[in-house]
Amino acid sequence: MSPETFDALSLSVRVAVLATLANALVGIPLAYLLARRRFRGRGLVDLLVTLPLVLPPTVTGYYLIVLLGRRGWLGAPLYAATGWSIAFTWYAAVVAATIMALPLLVRTARAAIDSVDRDLERAAYTLGRSEWRTALEVTLPLARNGILAGLVLAFARALGEFGATLMLAGNIPGRTTTVPLAIYSAVQTGEDQTALVLVAMLTVLSCVVLVVANRLGARAA
Amino acid sequence: MSRLEVSALAYGYDGRAVGRDVSFAVESGEVLCLLGPNGGGKTTLFKTVLGLLPALGGTVAVDGESVAGWSRARVARALGYVPQAQLGLFPFTVREIVLMGRTAHLGAFATPSRRDEAVAESTLESLGITHLAARAYTEVSGGERQMTLVARALAQEPRVLVMDEPTASLDFGNQVRVLSRVRAVAGEGIAVIVSTHDPDQAFACADRVAVLHGGTLAGLGSPEATITPQRLRAVYGVDVDVVTLTLADGRRVRTCVPSLDRA
Repeated sequence: MSPETFDALSLSVRVAVLATLANALVGIPLAYLLARRRFRGRGLVDLLVTLPLVLPPTVTGYYLIVLLGRRGWLGAPLYAATGWSIAFTWYAAVVAATIMALPLLVRTARAAIDSVDRDLERAAYTLGRSEWRTALEVTLPLARNGILAGLVLAFARALGEFGATLMLAGNIPGRTTTVPLAIYSAVQTGEDQTALVLVAMLTVLSCVVLVVANRLGARAA
Repeated sequence: MSRLEVSALAYGYDGRAVGRDVSFAVESGEVLCLLGPNGGGKTTLFKTVLGLLPALGGTVAVDGESVAGWSRARVARALGYVPQAQLGLFPFTVREIVLMGRTAHLGAFATPSRRDEAVAESTLESLGITHLAARAYTEVSGGERQMTLVARALAQEPRVLVMDEPTASLDFGNQVRVLSRVRAVAGEGIAVIVSTHDPDQAFACADRVAVLHGGTLAGLGSPEATITPQRLRAVYGVDVDVVTLTLADGRRVRTCVPSLDRA
């Protein structure tokens, strides 16, 4: 394995793992709130979370630049304050992968939470458990397999993310070139052998992830 | 003395009221029987009293203090709830189910203490179901499941007991056994509110009767004054005679006799 290939692979795994962790932290509470609470702006939150699923990744990436770029809504104050910008760093790849994977987790986890019998939560409430404890001890454990399946899908999505990553993080070899970007570069420069190795690795990894997600999904149903 | 007071309560789902202007009170030692046809909103009313649904208007107060804003644990220490017994999904033992009644008395991450276990045991004993303690809740009979849920609610040591049709789907013997426990519980100084769709059960165990019909109270008072042929006709749409019987031991009881050919 060439050093470039190794760099791309290790970066991809790092990005996918961190994006999956970020998804768990943000996506599971979000899925619970969307499934169980009626609040103002709920439809809007649902729409914003789901949008990356249907928009071209480059469009999502463009919005991320508008938000986080050096002259972006959040990026400009950050740059003014610290002289640092997230754009074209590997953190940007994590952000892009997180946003792109979020709808897969939230939709899967939400469906799993929706299928939990609310009478079981009500039983916990009438016995004196708070909503917070009930969510942790009753709802989420019962929705566990669906949530895990969503996390596996999110991991797979994060691993394969291309468009939004290219927009926000660029394609800087050794710094922001993930496996999908390395494949693109290899094909562009005629390094067919490198491309083939990377393609094979991603294919095998994706197949494993799909099988695991299906197993978990089947147990959840 | 404890007192549950429901004042001008409006209740329903998603902001749409199915009942309004419902007011009643129950005191320690008293059994209030909530009568009404199936689908008449008795369960929705109870869910609102228990804080499972937000009240759309009015208040629920225990001992003069509104329970709105109380923590779930505080509500559970005041109000015990006996739901209709269902088949149960998880094979917990009867003892474990009853011990769950102690949840509201536990510290943040505590497990049940000796005292909690003692309360559960004595509750099982007082209901005469100690022999069920080690059996799986999923494998005992419907009447035994209902008794288990009564025990669970009593293990909460509540001031008020709310029972939702505890005799529904029970055979005759178990209905009588559950009703006799309802009376006994009130005798121990708990305020009891119990729903049923059988007016004879109200005659058997209630001090007072509230009739829920069309989303509002159609009657509230003593069983004799409240359960009348006219009211039963209005609520259930059938003709019923209410008769007084004198038993061999001299007790006088009332009962409803429906006339099938005029139904």
